[in-house]
Amino acid sequence: MDAFTPYSSAAGGALIGAAAALLWYGAGRIMGVSGIVGGLATARGSDIGWRLCFLAGLLAAPLLLWAGAGIGRPAALQASPMLLIVAGLLVGYGTRLGSGCTSGHGVCGLARLSFRSLIATGLFMASGAAVVFVARHLLGA
Amino acid sequence: MPMMIVALVSGLLFGAGLVVSGMIDPAKVLAFLDVAGNWDPSLAFVMGTAIPIAMIGFRAARRCERPVCGDRFAAPTKSGLDARLALGAVLFGAGWGLVGYCPGPALAALSYGDPATWLFVVAMVAGMGAHSLPALRRTEQRSKA
Repeated sequence: MDAFTPYSSAAGGALIGAAAALLWYGAGRIMGVSGIVGGLATARGSDIGWRLCFLAGLLAAPLLLWAGAGIGRPAALQASPMLLIVAGLLVGYGTRLGSGCTSGHGVCGLARLSFRSLIATGLFMASGAAVVFVARHLLGA
Repeated sequence: MPMMIVALVSGLLFGAGLVVSGMIDPAKVLAFLDVAGNWDPSLAFVMGTAIPIAMIGFRAARRCERPVCGDRFAAPTKSGLDARLALGAVLFGAGWGLVGYCPGPALAALSYGDPATWLFVVAMVAGMGAHSLPALRRTEQRSKA
């Protein structure tokens, strides 16, 4: 897990960037996963269809790569149920409150040169790094 | 219909990108966030290629009145900084650092069938729902009025 993978990470990033470019140029929508999922709660009519199609593709791709080429499945998560629930609630509520996550702010927002997204990306990266620092180096988890 | 096909292909590309880049592996994400430990900078390379390529798409779209298959360009309307943006980003980052999942990879990893991933996603959707409740109530009141 300590392996440094600049080439495959850059290649994967290119696919992610292409996905964002395609969704904007082709459909006029921002590829922000928290917005696409969270927006389902209030979406009406034709606005629901493209969201579900995007999510279908998102779920199918890892399965296809794993079943077809045997790549991608990481080791099972080692986290207590309570930790998973707290983390999930924070991610879900936080991304909606802050209007975006790593895809919406981190990829699309920065590609649009949005100052809001730059600040949000800096804050969630710093916050994530701070939590990992406390958990691993202060609490020794 | 064409817009739904565009969205499906975009989702497939995005999901494949998450797998190929390593973003789908929470251990790799935590190794990226662990700057004071055995730091793995790999995931910086994800944004290093994703952003310039996305930028090409956003720039190309400026010459178009409408997207190729959509009704309009639905750009985010909020501008300026506010406390919600900052607090939301900090809360999200904290949850991200606890387990190593952000929304895209967590959803994509559901396919692997790990119960821990499912539990995380159920909690994540509940968190999103908790935020959406006031907005939903407003919509209901408006439709009743």
